[in-house]
Amino acid sequence: MIWNDDFETLPREALESLQLKRLQQTVEKVYATVPFYRDSFDKAGIKPSDIKSLDDLQRLPFTLKQDMRDSYPYGLFAVPLEQIVRIHASSGTTGKPTVVGYSRRDIDNWTELMARSFVAAGTHRGDIIHNAYGYGLFTGGLGAHYGAERVGASVIPMSGGNTKKQLMIMQDFGSSVLTCTPSYSLYLAEVAAEEGIDIRKLKLKVGILGGEPWSEKMRQEIEEKLNIKAIDIYGLSEIMGPGVGIECVEAQNGLHIWEDHFIPEIINPETGEVLPDGEKGELVITTITKEGIPLIRYRTRDITRLIKEPCICGRTHARIERLSGRSDDMLIIRGVNVFPSQIEAVLFNVEGVEPHYQLIVERDGNLDTLEVQVEVNEQSFSDKIKILQGLSTTIKKDIKDLLGVTCKVRLVEPKTITRSEGKAKRVIDNRQNES
Amino acid sequence: MKVEQISIFIENKSGRLAEITGILGENGINIRALSLADTSDFGILRLIVDDSDKALKVLKEQRFTVSITHVIGVAVSDSPGGLTTILQILDKHNVNVEYMYAFVERSGDNAVIIFRFDNIDEAISALKENNVTILPSERITQI
Repeated sequence: MIWNDDFETLPREALESLQLKRLQQTVEKVYATVPFYRDSFDKAGIKPSDIKSLDDLQRLPFTLKQDMRDSYPYGLFAVPLEQIVRIHASSGTTGKPTVVGYSRRDIDNWTELMARSFVAAGTHRGDIIHNAYGYGLFTGGLGAHYGAERVGASVIPMSGGNTKKQLMIMQDFGSSVLTCTPSYSLYLAEVAAEEGIDIRKLKLKVGILGGEPWSEKMRQEIEEKLNIKAIDIYGLSEIMGPGVGIECVEAQNGLHIWEDHFIPEIINPETGEVLPDGEKGELVITTITKEGIPLIRYRTRDITRLIKEPCICGRTHARIERLSGRSDDMLIIRGVNVFPSQIEAVLFNVEGVEPHYQLIVERDGNLDTLEVQVEVNEQSFSDKIKILQGLSTTIKKDIKDLLGVTCKVRLVEPKTITRSEGKAKRVIDNRQNES
Repeated sequence: MKVEQISIFIENKSGRLAEITGILGENGINIRALSLADTSDFGILRLIVDDSDKALKVLKEQRFTVSITHVIGVAVSDSPGGLTTILQILDKHNVNVEYMYAFVERSGDNAVIIFRFDNIDEAISALKENNVTILPSERITQI
């Protein structure tokens, strides 16, 4: 099913000329109204009139998360506050949050794109959408809420937390679609099992999951444990919120980026150069319809590749591959690049360990040390030491073989690694604190 | 003849052991024998108690990882070389001892040793053939 046939299946040529027109308007607009962009374009020696083709986009400077922090709170807004109808902010775990403002039209576009996303994920009028994304400054809750209403589904505005109540509502209200982070969906399954609820037998059929990188293995586990189709959704508050891209239920292979509103590029995160289609690198997004806070070549830090081949669902919009990590989640352990998602993939292949893990990085003298904490489960637990030690040796060896980094594996008691009700905290890096 | 032994996974954190014995005590479960195997990161506490079903239930409720294994209790002559005789019998029958530990109580002139074997049935028949006393499980759990 497709929500907006006209735009979602627009032939590439028409789509690209629409992109160029909208890009030119956006560049004109930010140059005229946002001092930050006027300065950075001037510094790069480029005028809005120089943008004559989509390729000219590469000539524009990047926008970094730091630029948003530096202009805290409203410095990057391109319209006066009277035209802003909503303000969201990112979590701001490091430093000040990044603030985004939406005009009425921005909210309307976001709602449209979330509606497209819900329909692409196989939901429709009549569905009961259990929205467990957090409501508040975080964009997840309200973003999903508006989109679901536009589709005509019934929304339960659960927000995060209070897991037992969530399960009760899910059972009693007959929720058919779950929206939350992937790790929270597994947590729901775990709590359901403890409460003696067979979550597989509930009416849930689809999970629209996002907000953190997750692996294909984790998808299989979620689909198996909750008996649902698990659909990957992409978004970030700086660009809009959830619904920047989504997998279609037909292919479940790559996330369509709504290209009539965003232009995706893939760059080499070290050099900043644009990579040819199909190569893996950092995703950079330019917004081409936003009014409140348009962003030019925003560096998302998400690592993926761009797929331009046509999709079986009929949508013409390019896809990004499932995220393989964030360039700022990347740990450098003794000179080796390690993504938490790679470790997760290793753990999923070892029988008898739970997908709950935490990475602890320390510096011992001049040497980085990586400790992988993994929960044992009832199946893998043995009264024989050598079996448990064998388990940690296997994990250690697999990580060494696959990632080329030596780590220490610590088996911990079940349910002792903190469960997230939002984004999972996978890495504790104690190195910065010391030097 | 086989005795149920409870094994519990514990991280090496202070107070964890006391927590377990506390839970058992509060539930009126008496520990008959115990052994703690440890590595640098974690340990396995093995217990023989007077009510293993109840112990399993209350420990699981407290979210411990617990499993039940079968072991046997053997009366070993409390004199020099007493244990050697038994180990030789097992060796002759190719039964491996996974681990063993001594029981807290004595039974007459014998010491009691708890054995975990790779092949428990083979071990039982070998010991019986050689007239080694294997204590009935009630004898171990209910004294």
